[in-house]
Amino acid sequence: MKSAVVLLPGLNRDRDMIAALTKISGQAPATVWQTDTEIPDVDLIAIPGGFSFGDYLRCGAIAARMPVMRAVAEKAAKGVTVIGVCNGFQILVEAGLLPGVLMRNASLKFVCRQVKLQIANANTMFTRGYQPGQVIRSPVAHHDGNYFADADTLARLEGEGQVVFRYADGTNPNGSINDIAGIVNDKGNVLGLMPHPENLIEAAHGGNDGRALFESALGIAA
Amino acid sequence: MKARITVTLKNGVLDPQGKAIEHALSGLGFDGVGQVRQGKVFDIELAGTDKAKAETDLKAMCDKLLANTVIENYSVAIT
Repeated sequence: MKSAVVLLPGLNRDRDMIAALTKISGQAPATVWQTDTEIPDVDLIAIPGGFSFGDYLRCGAIAARMPVMRAVAEKAAKGVTVIGVCNGFQILVEAGLLPGVLMRNASLKFVCRQVKLQIANANTMFTRGYQPGQVIRSPVAHHDGNYFADADTLARLEGEGQVVFRYADGTNPNGSINDIAGIVNDKGNVLGLMPHPENLIEAAHGGNDGRALFESALGIAA
Repeated sequence: MKARITVTLKNGVLDPQGKAIEHALSGLGFDGVGQVRQGKVFDIELAGTDKAKAETDLKAMCDKLLANTVIENYSVAIT
């Protein structure tokens, strides 16, 4: 399965994402730079975490207006799988590929710790490798992960099963509404999540709770 | 031409930064400080003299980049 990783100035989790995709898919992902207007023919596009453009203006706001994001939007419209992690999630909401917004953490503090995630919908292309309601572990590291959407959008997300990951067991690190940690778009091929599943894919990481997400998205049987 | 764009959070959107500032002001002894909401100001220099066109452009800038209209309102003033 072929994948591509989007590179932008200020991202710092790109090497983690490249390593995870290489190990899980068996081949190194292509990389695309912010000014690229074309993305190679791939099955999955990943936007890693970090601090694109120094988080200036709003997290992800400037990255979302770069040429490469128009190319990502075109691919997403054609049904290509897209995953945005952390800053990647912020970029996807700023680009309008996912609804809502990620605001400053309610605590006003940067949080870097492990949280628990409940699989809120196991019937998506990203979570079919998990059991419904299963609780997994995942690291988080962010300052702006407080998900918010207006009441109508929230009702739609909840009603259509677009909330995919929820912080579980009182581990919500940021004040996110309804404990939302990750959502998919209405077509189900674009996922954004604040936690870092790419940092928990093998024994050396202390566990492989995040591995099934990438295996599911890449169509690889566990 | 110069313009000032003010971006503020919509009513009902939680503003933890404004809340922290509100507490800090009370802590400094400023009595009677009610709710504080934090926003952003952009001072922009523009070529040309057509105010109507400038206003249209500035609003487009807000919609496309300067404000996130999910949670923010904006106002445009040309001087």
